[in-house]
Amino acid sequence: MQSNAALEYDYTVAKLFTYVTILFGFLGMLVGTILALQLAFPELNYLIGEYGTFSRLRPVHTNTVIFGFTVSGVFATWYYFAQRVLKVSMAESKFLMIMGKAHFWVYFIGALIATITLVFGISAGKEYAQYEWWIDIVIVIIWLMWGVNIFGMIGIRREKVLYVSIWYYLACFLGIAMLYLFNNASIPTYFMTDGLGSINHSVSMYSGTNDALVQWWYGHNAVAFGFTVPIVGMIYYFLPKESGQAIYSYKLSLLSFWGLMFVYLWAGSHHLLWSTVPDWMQTMGSAFSIVLILPSWGSAINMLLTMKGEWNQLAENPLIKFMVIASTFYMLSTIEGPIQAIKSVNAIAHFTDWIPGHVHDGVLGWVVFMTMAALFHMAPRMWKKEIYSKKLMGIQFWMQTTAVVLYFTSMWVAGITQGMMWRAVDEYGNLVYSFIDTVTVLHPYYVIRGISGVLYLAGFILFAYNMYKTITAGRKLTEEPQFRTPMA
Amino acid sequence: MTIHDIQGYGMFFLTILLTVLLYWYILYLYRSEKKGERNFEKYGRIALDDSIGTPPVEEKSASEEDRRTKEQN
Repeated sequence: MQSNAALEYDYTVAKLFTYVTILFGFLGMLVGTILALQLAFPELNYLIGEYGTFSRLRPVHTNTVIFGFTVSGVFATWYYFAQRVLKVSMAESKFLMIMGKAHFWVYFIGALIATITLVFGISAGKEYAQYEWWIDIVIVIIWLMWGVNIFGMIGIRREKVLYVSIWYYLACFLGIAMLYLFNNASIPTYFMTDGLGSINHSVSMYSGTNDALVQWWYGHNAVAFGFTVPIVGMIYYFLPKESGQAIYSYKLSLLSFWGLMFVYLWAGSHHLLWSTVPDWMQTMGSAFSIVLILPSWGSAINMLLTMKGEWNQLAENPLIKFMVIASTFYMLSTIEGPIQAIKSVNAIAHFTDWIPGHVHDGVLGWVVFMTMAALFHMAPRMWKKEIYSKKLMGIQFWMQTTAVVLYFTSMWVAGITQGMMWRAVDEYGNLVYSFIDTVTVLHPYYVIRGISGVLYLAGFILFAYNMYKTITAGRKLTEEPQFRTPMA
Repeated sequence: MTIHDIQGYGMFFLTILLTVLLYWYILYLYRSEKKGERNFEKYGRIALDDSIGTPPVEEKSASEEDRRTKEQN
């Protein structure tokens, strides 16, 4: 292929995925906020019969934010930045364009159907892997369609070297493909019961401790390859591009990549400390979790050092603020996780509210902040319009930052209180507290979490509004901004 | 020796091997740059100079031609 001056990047598919990222983000966070409020005020469980109970809505929340919001955010950013760093336009390949559009529509319709099945209680019953086997097959097809696009784009690229973000997205593709297939291996109960069971409902191929191990190998690495790897890939592209500063150390980015690949896969058994899993495996999970700090902080520090000499941008550009705080929350979350994986700490932390506290400082502070920042960066380049309001973006930033801080601080206090109360014994060895005593003590913290949910959701609505107004009423740009995103 | 023992030793030696490979990779990155064979830091420009009109940091087709020329020589 020869360079063509008239050629332009084609963002048709990136735009489509941007819309659904915002849609699923809103839905997932709305359900999450309802769940937080239900924990504080249990009567909210009974508003719409079986469809509104905590147990029915919880998988809707987790699956919508994981497979809806995050995954479509990953797809949107892929279809945007991959063209740019590979120096190839999707318009150059009819096949890739058709595949890209097909990928979007199969994904969107599939995701809607999948969400509806969860609302109706159709579930395989494994955490974060609730979709029934026939939905799993659709998900595999969607994933393969993305794979065709990834390797197709790489195949026709002009830039010889794959930029580090592409490595991370490749790891996301391969990692999730492997995890999803192994953990979702299941068999319809019809075939196990001489026709008495159901064709639709399936059970895991594994059982007992083996099932738990595969489940947490999957669960933990879904965090690795869904919530960490592609988001690191995002920040490696969007922060340098927005700030106009090349990555502080490209070598460190490669090193952190291989470090992360090497270490992450072994750490899953820290979810099963003090369980029936062999002791050596629990210790291995703890040890690898501690080592995991190195590659995680390697990337995060690399990002912060990228801003060296340019810290004034933090005050001037709210998008830099979003990305820097995302990186900071990544650091917080990746030091907190290893601390929780230490066996003695885990003895107190496990099953308490500290765990969702940890998860949410990671996802709200890192994943969502980075994804929103990426979409804000992409919008003026895709629609050739200025961001509608810098002021709104600033308000959104402070609302959501306050919300994340309220969430994790309340859950830290709640979790440690809970853990200590469960273990408290009197001089005769009897438990001092009953379960309901802990619930009473924790109520104020649950209310704080509910408030933080409302605040974060309101911030996300501001984000959606700002994006909508940018697309429909933003001032037209005559040329593409090179680095800093223009905003009114 | 049971299958569990073999798995245990396998896991141990695989970990050692991967650790050695990782450290070798660090050495490779820094040594090749020090010797002037590679310049990894220039690839950071890929994100910055990403307009379709700007030339690639390392053109794919040009590098393929280089390789072919080398092979012919």
